Amino acid sequence: MEIILEIIMIPAVLATIKILVIILMFAMPLGTVLTLMERKWSAMIQDRVGPNRANIGKFTGHGALHLAADGLKSIFKEDTMPKGADGFLYLIAPFFGLIAGVATFAIIPLAGPIGDFTFQVTDIEPGLLFIFAITSLSVYGAVLAGSSSNSKFALLGGTRAAAQMISYEVFMGLALMGIFMVYGTTRVSGIVDGQNEYWFGNLIPMWGVFTQPLGFLLFFTALVAETKRAPFDAPEGESEIVAGYFLEYSGMRWSAFMLAEYVALVGVASLITTLFFGGYHIPWLHLWESAPQWLVTIMQVIKFSIFTLFFCWFQIQLRWTVPKFRFDQTMSLGWKKLLPLSLVNVIVTAFVILAFA
Amino acid sequence: MFIGGSMKLKVKKVQRIDGVRESFYFPAIFSGLRLTVKHFWRNLFGSKDVVTINYPEEKRHVSERWRGRHRLTRRDDGFLSCVACYMCETICPSKCIHIESGEHPDLSVEKYPVVFNIDELRCVFCGLCVEACPKDAIRMDTGIISMAYTSRETFDFTRDLLRDNYDPKAHANPKYGDYDLPSPSSQEEALPNSQGVPAT
Ligand code: SF4
Ligand code: SF4
Repeated sequence: MEIILEIIMIPAVLATIKILVIILMFAMPLGTVLTLMERKWSAMIQDRVGPNRANIGKFTGHGALHLAADGLKSIFKEDTMPKGADGFLYLIAPFFGLIAGVATFAIIPLAGPIGDFTFQVTDIEPGLLFIFAITSLSVYGAVLAGSSSNSKFALLGGTRAAAQMISYEVFMGLALMGIFMVYGTTRVSGIVDGQNEYWFGNLIPMWGVFTQPLGFLLFFTALVAETKRAPFDAPEGESEIVAGYFLEYSGMRWSAFMLAEYVALVGVASLITTLFFGGYHIPWLHLWESAPQWLVTIMQVIKFSIFTLFFCWFQIQLRWTVPKFRFDQTMSLGWKKLLPLSLVNVIVTAFVILAFA
Repeated sequence: MFIGGSMKLKVKKVQRIDGVRESFYFPAIFSGLRLTVKHFWRNLFGSKDVVTINYPEEKRHVSERWRGRHRLTRRDDGFLSCVACYMCETICPSKCIHIESGEHPDLSVEKYPVVFNIDELRCVFCGLCVEACPKDAIRMDTGIISMAYTSRETFDFTRDLLRDNYDPKAHANPKYGDYDLPSPSSQEEALPNSQGVPAT
């Protein structure tokens, strides 16, 4: 028993276990379920019933079996490659997005630390800078898929994805600058703990969304554009360029693109929760001083999950509400409106901090 | 009269809403979200607004005037009303009715159809046959709006299948779970108690 505990407490082993738990029990299942949920929820938004036909005998589980049906189908589907495609790049491209999406969870804390044990894979000093580095990696998935497919639609989609993601990357960083200034750190645990303080006695928690409302909107917009979902889905552009960069893919590789999209969606939701909605901290919980540690931890995980789920839902709702931007509109919105706005946000934040410090 | 150059092109000016409010998108996005979220919550608990008809289980109400599959009506004594006058075959624009007449034992009736086939695959459901019939012998009010079978021959409906005592439920094809019809070659077995037409 002791030996097992000792092995588990070796940092590398511990980190591996955390990675497996967070990815296999949180990110992936949630992403997979969301593929179905998006279809169900969009049906509700549009007054339809959604998928409900997959069944085992009489049991349909209100469409839940479609998950299994989809999975089975894509496993047994032929993995096609177009003539003239760049073989190696074509085969590995789908996994860039997936890896980038999953890597986001490396720095997200699910609950507060108990002693030395943190509910976070790693709490590195660069923190969010790591996130920027990783999310920009996911553009490779789209670009490589687009350019290696030997298809003009895919190439167009890949080019669009590259242009859009690089331009939104710019002010995604600038939008977070305000957060760094307010909480004085790029370390995620520092930012989360900074949000556990209060204004006016115990009245308003210093959540990012209250300290940086404009920053929140800008960052959220940038993240939605990064995941290439509506209203910024010009790279997919099913009405003009069929399916954009993943047009030629089929079977499991296509599913990898889909899964990457939904894992990124969960990643966005948990990032927003962590940076702008207090992370795992439950406001005013410190007033209950005798709370047992285990209960607090469970409540923190639940609070974090609820907020994450809410933002997953919100992104889906947004996708089924807002029409797609034309590609030039996407670009001019990014460079001409959101970039100056985020600069203004940085400057105003700086002055406010100077005035009150 | 043509008035040379004095005619002016009509130009319609589309009212575009510009300005700060519009160019920041947020008011429009929020009013859109209000609508979609309203529908979402209403349908999350009890599917209140859902308009879907779950087709094979539920069927849309069919108006009495809907032109569905044909049927051949019968007289009070059970004989077919059709007198094999070929009116419907003549008017049919898609030439899908095939009639062969026979002599009826009742001299006041004179003729009756020995063969009366309608190829429902060629039929365009125009309803002209119904209007042409002098005896009100053919109608399209069965309410059968979808015919889906696995062979072309099945669509060639014969007299006995078109006759209105045909009960589709009694001949349901258990394999497909729909009201599939027996193939015409086995009509004798499918309808052992043929009545309403005299023996030929
Ligand atoms: S409905 Fe029209 S096409 Fe069909 S059998 Fe009658 S006349 Fe012919
Ligand atoms: S169905 Fe009517 S129109 Fe056609 S042959 Fe019989 S009586 Fe004449």
